[in-house]
Amino acid sequence: MYKYDHIDQKIVNERVNQYQNQLNRYLNKELSDEEFRPLRLQNGLYIQRHAPMLRVAIPYGLLSSKQLYKLADIADKYDRGYGHFSTRQNIQFNWPKLEDTPNILRELAEVEMHAIQTSGNCIRNITTDQFAGVTDDEIIDPRHIAEIIRQWSTFHPEFALLPRKFKIAITGSSKDRALVQCHDIGLEFFINTNNKMSIKVWVGGGLGRTPIIGSVIKNELEWEHILTYCEAILRVYNLYGRRDNMYKARIKILVKSLGIEAFKKLVEDEWRYIKNGPNTINVEELSRVKKYFSEPDYKKDIKNNLKDHGSNKAFNQWLSRSTKGHKKTGYRAVTFSLKETGCAPGDASSTQMKAVSTLADAYSFGEIRVSHEQNLILADVQEDRLYELWIKAKEYHLVTPNIGLLTDIICCPGGDFCSLANAKSIPIAQSIQDLFDDMDYLHDIGDLNLNISGCMNACGHHHVGHIGILGVDKDGSEWYQVTLGGNQGNFASIGKVIGPSFSAEEMPVIVKKIIEVYLNNRQKEEIFIDCVSRIGLEPFKNYIYKDSEVTK
Amino acid sequence: MTSQLIKGKDIVKDDWVITELAETEQVIRMQAGKVVAFKLSGEDYPASKQVKETIFSDTGKVLLPLKVFMLHQEKLKERLANEEIGIWFSTHEEIHKFTEAIGDLNHFPLIAIHVEKFADGRIFSIGSQLRNKYNFKNELRAFGDVLRDQIFFLKRSGFDSYLIREDRNAKDAIKGLNDFSDPYQGASDILEPVWKRRKR
Ligand code: HEM
Ligand code: SF4
Repeated sequence: MYKYDHIDQKIVNERVNQYQNQLNRYLNKELSDEEFRPLRLQNGLYIQRHAPMLRVAIPYGLLSSKQLYKLADIADKYDRGYGHFSTRQNIQFNWPKLEDTPNILRELAEVEMHAIQTSGNCIRNITTDQFAGVTDDEIIDPRHIAEIIRQWSTFHPEFALLPRKFKIAITGSSKDRALVQCHDIGLEFFINTNNKMSIKVWVGGGLGRTPIIGSVIKNELEWEHILTYCEAILRVYNLYGRRDNMYKARIKILVKSLGIEAFKKLVEDEWRYIKNGPNTINVEELSRVKKYFSEPDYKKDIKNNLKDHGSNKAFNQWLSRSTKGHKKTGYRAVTFSLKETGCAPGDASSTQMKAVSTLADAYSFGEIRVSHEQNLILADVQEDRLYELWIKAKEYHLVTPNIGLLTDIICCPGGDFCSLANAKSIPIAQSIQDLFDDMDYLHDIGDLNLNISGCMNACGHHHVGHIGILGVDKDGSEWYQVTLGGNQGNFASIGKVIGPSFSAEEMPVIVKKIIEVYLNNRQKEEIFIDCVSRIGLEPFKNYIYKDSEVTK
Repeated sequence: MTSQLIKGKDIVKDDWVITELAETEQVIRMQAGKVVAFKLSGEDYPASKQVKETIFSDTGKVLLPLKVFMLHQEKLKERLANEEIGIWFSTHEEIHKFTEAIGDLNHFPLIAIHVEKFADGRIFSIGSQLRNKYNFKNELRAFGDVLRDQIFFLKRSGFDSYLIREDRNAKDAIKGLNDFSDPYQGASDILEPVWKRRKR
């Protein structure tokens, strides 16, 4: 993975000093609340329901074992012994003290980590596919360009105070796992007809209050121009994006109101005079960065080597759901589920983090990935060591074999932690997990994404869940609206509301009913989302609302 | 009174007089405490009546509102040649609408941009465009809600003078210029990205 040189390290160190100084001025009342706000936000510091919340960047989801260990340490030392992995490849600490934050940042800097631009109206953490570099469907490893974009966007002077936050995601795979169509800018790598690395550029996607699937602004951009092209897009957005109403300030609203053609024209006009300018990436820089992502020392000449554990059903279920095909014969990518029943989705205790760190050293070249589904991944595990790994990881409750299944719920912190929430979300996730705790039944239901957000800001990606649950407020009490048919990936779509909302107690049963309709209607091998697309919402509505008195 | 003006790295005396726009009866719509006079809304601000009523000194170095300058462009030719005329405009105004009528922006020894609120980052893109799209070479100044924590970014976006908000210490603000010593990306002050400047 990428290693800091003295330049990277100096920037991060200088940032800690700058932030320490800003905090001191704030505590000395030399900065008002209003003035300190954008400064702390640029540093991932929210003021939340209980305490400040600190969000730490995990650039494109990649962690070394040492870094994960440090995160665990920080959780112990400054927090309550756990952290929350978010849907944008970040980790959040919910209970740090404001005065401690510079020290936390200082400790992070020791392991080449930071909280730079993890919130605020700036370019946020760059995200990508959690299986980058190892997946068998990969065309181009997106991490090289992701790192180059990370550096370019770090303290970009022109884009430090945008109208609103700005998120960039990158995929280099035929199967998109990075949600590029739901980002402010989405980059999809491919090889063009001249055999050159090129990029399809999406713009103006996003979830939140106004969910919109992005539009293609450029079908084919040659890779060396990616920074200047992004610069042109961002300049147009920075100048013309709305600043009077924060709900209309995202780039998606600008693109929609101008129309993609008019927007594109503005971008091309800006690009014309910076194209081929100093920020054009050269081959030297690409190869400098690339060498950090070279293959680990894979064992040569190993064969497919999945030992037969035929009688161990739990292991086999895990093998089928939680491990994924690898580009190297004899290896698999393992996903540790942070979605065990009874835990808040995405939460990991410091004990778990330390365990994963140690396991990564022993089984996966000391590297860990974080997915937007809020799980942890060991990307390079030898097949013949899987059983051993499973036994060890089981002790730490990391092997729930529910990856990609109904209980692998994406969930935001919701009303328990977040001051913007309309309703709680974690307890809903837990009550659904409780009802569906039969692994055989879950495996029979098969692939299904269930996503929950506590309000329309959509931190839990409910719009793109096959089943989406959204907390809404009605006359001061908590209700839940259900959408069906949302999808992420290459065929991204926004789910449709099925009807009036439900109470918290009703929610598990409603999900159960949705599943019953699916099971009664599915054709052979048809997964949930395909079935919904085929039969539409009516059968679900009819069944769910048929004898219900819910009229809210 | 000590000066609030930072030029380059020093605090200097300001020898320009800013001409404010005439008071106006036009009510600026406020929403959530912010001025809703931004580009896409199509609102014309400053209004032409206001521009007409603005008066400015006949002598010395004056910094005129962009539209006021446009109105009097013809009769200001001589003073312009004497380097007595600078222009200023706000972050919602669009210089590109006037560049053709103005010709070379380098006739102005000074262009100043007014930023109403710290959080309004349009000022950075405006600086960048003035330097790189319109090749403006002379003094570029930020004024208004200009504080220590912006000026590193302002410098990198092409500004070289900063009029610090009156209630803040300009000496303290200067320190902000040195927040980072070796930035990653190429921008208006240092054109090349770090991987072209340094051996990595
Ligand atoms: C607890 C503190 C949090 C607060 C106050 C918060 C606030 C917000 C707000 C206001 C938005 C909407 C912004 C907009 O559309 O302009 C948003 C979006 C988002 N949040 Fe959070 N959030 C929090 C935690 C989280 C967590 C824990 C996650 C991950 C699990 C997360 C992931 C996201 C994502 C992915 C979006 C993007 C939706 C989009 O594309 O528009 N947030 N958040
Ligand atoms: S979706 Fe709403 S409730 Fe959930 S974390 Fe985001 S802002 Fe908070």
